[in-house]
Amino acid sequence: MTQTLTRRSGTAAAPPAHAPRRRSADARAGYTFLLPWLLGFILLTVGPMLSSLYLSFTNYNLFDAPKWIGLDNYTSLFQDERFLQSVGVTLGYVVFGTPLKLAAALAVALLLNNATRGQGFYRSAFYAPSLIGASVSIAIVWKAMFGDQGPVDQGLSFFGINLGGWVGNPSMTMPMMILLTVWQFGAPMVIFLAGLKQIPQELYEAASVDGAGRLRKFVNITFPMLSPVVFFNLLLETIHAFQIFASAYIISNGEGGPAGSTLFYTLYLYLRGFSDFRMGYASAMAWLLVIVVGIITLIFFRTSKSWVHYSGDSK
Amino acid sequence: MTTLSPTTPARTADASEYNPKADSRAAKRTRSIVFHTLSLALIAVVLYPALWMVSSAFKPSSEIIGNSSIWSSHFSLDNFVTAMGGIGGVSTAQFFTNSVVLALGSVIGTVLSATVSAYAFARIKFPGRSIFFGMMIATLLLPFHVVIIPQYIIFQQLGLVDTYIPLLIGKFLAADAFFVFLMVQFMRNLPRELDEAAIIDGAGHVRIFCSIMLPLMKPALISSSIFAFIWSWNDFLGPLLYLNSPEKYPLPLALRLFVDQTQSSDYGAMIAMSVLALLPVLVFFLVFQRYIVEGVSTQGLKG
Repeated sequence: MTQTLTRRSGTAAAPPAHAPRRRSADARAGYTFLLPWLLGFILLTVGPMLSSLYLSFTNYNLFDAPKWIGLDNYTSLFQDERFLQSVGVTLGYVVFGTPLKLAAALAVALLLNNATRGQGFYRSAFYAPSLIGASVSIAIVWKAMFGDQGPVDQGLSFFGINLGGWVGNPSMTMPMMILLTVWQFGAPMVIFLAGLKQIPQELYEAASVDGAGRLRKFVNITFPMLSPVVFFNLLLETIHAFQIFASAYIISNGEGGPAGSTLFYTLYLYLRGFSDFRMGYASAMAWLLVIVVGIITLIFFRTSKSWVHYSGDSK
Repeated sequence: MTTLSPTTPARTADASEYNPKADSRAAKRTRSIVFHTLSLALIAVVLYPALWMVSSAFKPSSEIIGNSSIWSSHFSLDNFVTAMGGIGGVSTAQFFTNSVVLALGSVIGTVLSATVSAYAFARIKFPGRSIFFGMMIATLLLPFHVVIIPQYIIFQQLGLVDTYIPLLIGKFLAADAFFVFLMVQFMRNLPRELDEAAIIDGAGHVRIFCSIMLPLMKPALISSSIFAFIWSWNDFLGPLLYLNSPEKYPLPLALRLFVDQTQSSDYGAMIAMSVLALLPVLVFFLVFQRYIVEGVSTQGLKG
């Protein structure tokens, strides 16, 4: 590998005078350097994507040859109550969890932006949960914390709120999962904070001269200037939220219970594909997810023109 | 709370330079106190789960449930002794070793493949570059669940299930576009004059890459290594799909096995093992927090 690299780029640098030859040498060097990514892209992304598209039109159990059944997987998805439930659970999580997480991130970033001292410490402390939040360990801890007689139940009982264990209560598992994602607000917060630092102070000074209050400054300066960062966070966090898996798997013992209340989309996909070995069905689910995420991305980019403000000089 | 006392006098000294009015000095002081109190209170809430986890690991199981307090009168190491005993005939040290092997493999593969590929995107002009770059960005947003079924079928037919190859091959082929993107952004900010001077001196791309780019990329290499390590360490779905034999399990799978087999009867040991599993991540965080947090903030801005 390294040997071929050396030889090829050796020729690339040889005659700097001949532009066309240099260009073709650059092309060779370019593709040689790109090789790892290109191989991965073809063998691990594009190839599998096409093959799962094909499988989504078949009945396939990993052992017998795939049998073409046309659109049957897709049509039966919409009659599958568990599938519809997993869509509901996931949408609820995305629609409530993501905005709450970003609101928390923005609020804390605005708070920390006031700091003259200790900001580095606070920033790191708030960021820490983002690094561990999706792990199996934290899922186990969350399950114990929100269990019957766990510290959350105890704490709420102290205030006279007796909800019992959240883990076993189908109407409380979603709030519990949303709290777990909100808890990881640190990563978008760090990005917001970096964005806030890029806003020129002169804008605020000019606004103060004009007599603008805090709210006016936020609405007319902070939010527009921060909107590209808001957009970036919103897009990434939304796409990310659709793909939650490990926490849901651990908290529900891999079953999506109680009463299907934690049957997240990817968990159902996993169960269909790797427990029931209905790989065609699971592939149809995967492609539906790609299409939905694609449409959402498109909608985000389309509507962004009306609220995301890109100033002339900065990226 | 102790951080308040050294902070506030300095703030007032600061304020007096800009604004000699006494009442505004008092106002600034109050604002600073409010800020630090609010921030510390928030941190207490945010870090409570982590503190509860660590303290529970040292408590007897009977004291974990029905007790929200961080403190206990019976701190002991019993839970860790149970946790270190392992599960299913495999010691926890073995799970640890497996996790380390996978994480180091991921770091090496990711750093090698991502830097080389990023150099092509950032520094070499070749036909098709912008199309491939666009596709690379698109894979950043692609839900990877769409590839797991065919990938599983391929590795199953190659007889590679229950080996580490399916878990590592993607790292050596830059399948995680995040790292390529991070490196491309970093390289684009390095002065082009360096390459141009080197080209005039007759250096080829391999020389430029090895002697100019790599030394300058140290910060990006470090933050990529840290993230590659931590993500591999925490990965659950990959090992869940591909590994069947408990002696090959990394920690997250071992934890699941532990949960399945003890079923809430021994909360203490379960939580102690969770703490052990997170320990390297926490150590990494404490040592490299600058790189980690800076990495996140620059990555975000340039997106």
